[in-house]
Amino acid sequence: MEVMNETVKMSTKDTFLSNFNLLDFSFDEDFSKDIRSAAKNTIEGLEFPTSKVEYWKYTRINKIIKRDYSISAPENKVEIDLSVPSKNCIVLINGFYSEELSFFESEVGVTFSSLSEAKKNSSVLKEKFNSLVKKDEIFAQINSAYHQDGAFMHVEKNVQAEEPYYILNFVDDSNILSNPRNFVFLEQGANVKVVLKTINTANAGSFTNMVSELFIEKNAHFEINKIQNEADDSFQIATEQVVQADDSTFKINTFTLNGAIVRNNLNIDSLGKNTMTYLNGLYPLKGKQHVDNHTYLLHREPNGESHELYKGILGDSSTGVFNGKVFVHREAQKTNAFQSNANIVMTDSATINSKPELEIYADDVKCSHGSTTGQLDEEALFYLRARGLSKDSARAVLVNAFASDVIEQIGVESVKEEIEQYIDDNYQGIK
Amino acid sequence: MIKIKNLHASIEGTEILRGINLEVKAGEIHAIMGPNGSGKSTLASVLAGRDEYEVTEGSVDFLGNDLLDMEPEDRSRAGLFLAFQYPVEIPGVSNINFLKTAINEAREKRGEEPMAAKDFLKRVKDKSKLVELDGRLANRSVNEGFSGGEKKRNEIFQMAMLDPKLSVLDETDSGLDIDALRVVANGVNQLKTKDNASIVITHYQRLLDYIVPDFVHVLYQGRIVKTGPKELALELEEKGYDWIIKDLEEVSA
Repeated sequence: MEVMNETVKMSTKDTFLSNFNLLDFSFDEDFSKDIRSAAKNTIEGLEFPTSKVEYWKYTRINKIIKRDYSISAPENKVEIDLSVPSKNCIVLINGFYSEELSFFESEVGVTFSSLSEAKKNSSVLKEKFNSLVKKDEIFAQINSAYHQDGAFMHVEKNVQAEEPYYILNFVDDSNILSNPRNFVFLEQGANVKVVLKTINTANAGSFTNMVSELFIEKNAHFEINKIQNEADDSFQIATEQVVQADDSTFKINTFTLNGAIVRNNLNIDSLGKNTMTYLNGLYPLKGKQHVDNHTYLLHREPNGESHELYKGILGDSSTGVFNGKVFVHREAQKTNAFQSNANIVMTDSATINSKPELEIYADDVKCSHGSTTGQLDEEALFYLRARGLSKDSARAVLVNAFASDVIEQIGVESVKEEIEQYIDDNYQGIK
Repeated sequence: MIKIKNLHASIEGTEILRGINLEVKAGEIHAIMGPNGSGKSTLASVLAGRDEYEVTEGSVDFLGNDLLDMEPEDRSRAGLFLAFQYPVEIPGVSNINFLKTAINEAREKRGEEPMAAKDFLKRVKDKSKLVELDGRLANRSVNEGFSGGEKKRNEIFQMAMLDPKLSVLDETDSGLDIDALRVVANGVNQLKTKDNASIVITHYQRLLDYIVPDFVHVLYQGRIVKTGPKELALELEEKGYDWIIKDLEEVSA
């Protein structure tokens, strides 16, 4: 008689989800538990996207999901040199909040804490948590169902934060699966800058599936600098869901420095009039890295302005994907939307797939989009060498120059220096 | 300073230089003139090390080194400077910062300490004054948005900053109005010492009113076909190149 072995028949999805079997969320607040159960139900009706799904066409999900992971806080005390130039920093390790490493200096009108702490007493969180997450996105839903912790920020009316606030996600062991979850709410007229970093200090095989919800109310100004520094053999999917009200400014600068596969899903609903939106990205890639930036920006009301600038430097056999969509609604007259993606391909085996898209339903708008791909300018290289710069320095100088207009967008000086340093360190020896 | 012997060079299989012989000694200024397509700019490019050109024969000795065997940056560090006919615009690269890198890389190569920031800034100030280059231009991106005259002045400014032994000025006068021409020439004259030398490549005699050469060479079909004193330039201005070409044809007939 044949015995059916049930485990053999488990689908990829079920196998992946079995990673979460042992998790215990009994500590959680009731509203959050309800969100988790609803998300679990939603996941039942979803499948992981295949390359046949246009939105995920270039991202090899299988490499990410068909691996063994563990979910655990570090066992030993973690020694990390934070060197954060700020008085406020939330540290997560392997997706778990580290009370020991996080530090705060309270500023009037700013609540900055772990998400789990905020769940206990924030009415804003209770009211709005998970409201922006898309029902058809399986990775975002997985985060909703199984997130451990994350950062929470609430800035009250007209509060101008003095310093940038830091959120650091460390992965300190191999094969770690983490679901960091962030929530930001800026009340009317508030103004703050945030630095969000993911840093992999271990070697291999981890997957970070991060979701952030950001609410920018009327006339509030928000800047987030996102630095992704995964390990060579690690993966990240980061989803940001943003809503902007009238007269608000939202700026995101995304720097993808390392990771085997990094996928960014950035979705902005500019629901208000007279909004300013800046989407900037820089991806200097090496080895076999694959970085996929998908952005979606909806201009819903009149007089909005958006500037999108993504730049890639593709070395070795890396792959870059840019898919940026700007949608201008029928009501959104006098919209100015500018989108640009520029890439330098350094080798014959590097690839870029660039697809800027505009979909316009209003008739009185100024919109442009463009995509350029090329090599380093040989004439400029020769010119610099003829003045005595070595070939390596000349290349580094040109790469720096190419990246400079994205770097100039950074409103936090220490981040600017860090990215410049990274370019200097990594483009001296390129061939 | 430099000894060019029987230099042949081609681009994509077409021979442009067909046996150039030229020696320039310290303290001298040599002018190279010639009709369009005679190989003037090719000579400049080959000396600077542009790799589109293939040297098929001949040798170039520069201060005891085999110049043709050196990378462009090593030629520069050894004291060769090319003022480009078409200076390249390089957005995002600061004129000053890249010169600082260039100077300090050259010093490092010679085993010297980097130049002190104070000394560097003083040099920038002095040398930009020399070519009447607006201080703001010195600080901008390399040649970005510069007018034709500003670009050429920037070339001479960089030359002054790098203090070369041998300068090759490739049609530095092209596209300049008379004032810019005077400023550029004045810069070159002030930088002249008994220890350095210049090769001034030009299509017109005009520049040589301001930069007085010790020798004038006529380049035609990849060879130097006539050499004379500075008066030769005036003769060329007056009579064009045809008489030289005609003489040549008669000789070869």
